[in-house]
Amino acid sequence: MSIAVTTQIICFSVLSLVVIIGALGVILLENIVYSAFLLGGVFMSVAGLYLLLNASFVAAAQVLVYVGAVNVLIIFAIMLVNKKEDLRPIANIKSRRIISTSICLTLLSLLIRVDLSNTWGLAEPNASIGEESTIRIGEHLFSDYLLPFEVASVLLLMAMIGAIVLARRDVMNKDIATGLPVDQELIEKPNEPLLIKKN
Amino acid sequence: MNLESIPLQAFLIVSSILFCIGIWGLLNSRNAVRVLMSIELMLNAVNINLMAFSSYVDNNLIQGQVFTIFVITVAAAEAAVGLAILLSLYRNRVTVDMESFNLLKW
Repeated sequence: MSIAVTTQIICFSVLSLVVIIGALGVILLENIVYSAFLLGGVFMSVAGLYLLLNASFVAAAQVLVYVGAVNVLIIFAIMLVNKKEDLRPIANIKSRRIISTSICLTLLSLLIRVDLSNTWGLAEPNASIGEESTIRIGEHLFSDYLLPFEVASVLLLMAMIGAIVLARRDVMNKDIATGLPVDQELIEKPNEPLLIKKN
Repeated sequence: MNLESIPLQAFLIVSSILFCIGIWGLLNSRNAVRVLMSIELMLNAVNINLMAFSSYVDNNLIQGQVFTIFVITVAAAEAAVGLAILLSLYRNRVTVDMESFNLLKW
């Protein structure tokens, strides 16, 4: 990569700011649709950080998988479960907030201390393969990481079947009124919600 | 390539902050979809860490990038199954409030 140092630093600062502010927006905004779109922005900025690290293949995979699949899936889930409901207030939420925030801040200070105080065994920058990384990833995937690669495909198949089984609805194969078989399986069986306290 | 201009610690600090934001959202969200989003944020923080180490420490045999690809794969599978579980939960309890999913609480 032959971008000038100043450009790299500017790009890194902008991308980091977008990542952190976007992540804060994801967890703090009231409207969950805004959160979902901000999450897409965070994923794109993380892909930009990968480009700064000379990893074009992983950046492309990040955009395709996270922005193209996971984020769209989340937006679909928001559409499917979008119901305005008034959350019932819970007792001692303030102490809960204080405890969780202090835990997060403690963990953050611990992590930053480790980041700054440890001496990382940095490699020679000249030894870097730079933009050959896609070729190297392909070599890894088909030699020493072949078994995890194949297991990952089985995992994706299992996840797909599991998601279909979990999210499938029970549908009727007959029309209630006429008794004729319905070819389009869109009429849903009346589904009494389970596990709701009846009081 | 001139990667020593941005120190490794800068990437690590960004990923630490992102991870802690994810944990805060995981602990404090009432909406179940937002909990899934927080998990994705934490996975991304871990990925930034792996990528930074692979680029600065192991820049010849970039094994961190291969790990990141596997993490992305598992994250996609996790998101699909998580959202399917969320849909069937919503069908059974007609809410996405995390506080009402307390069947296993004793």
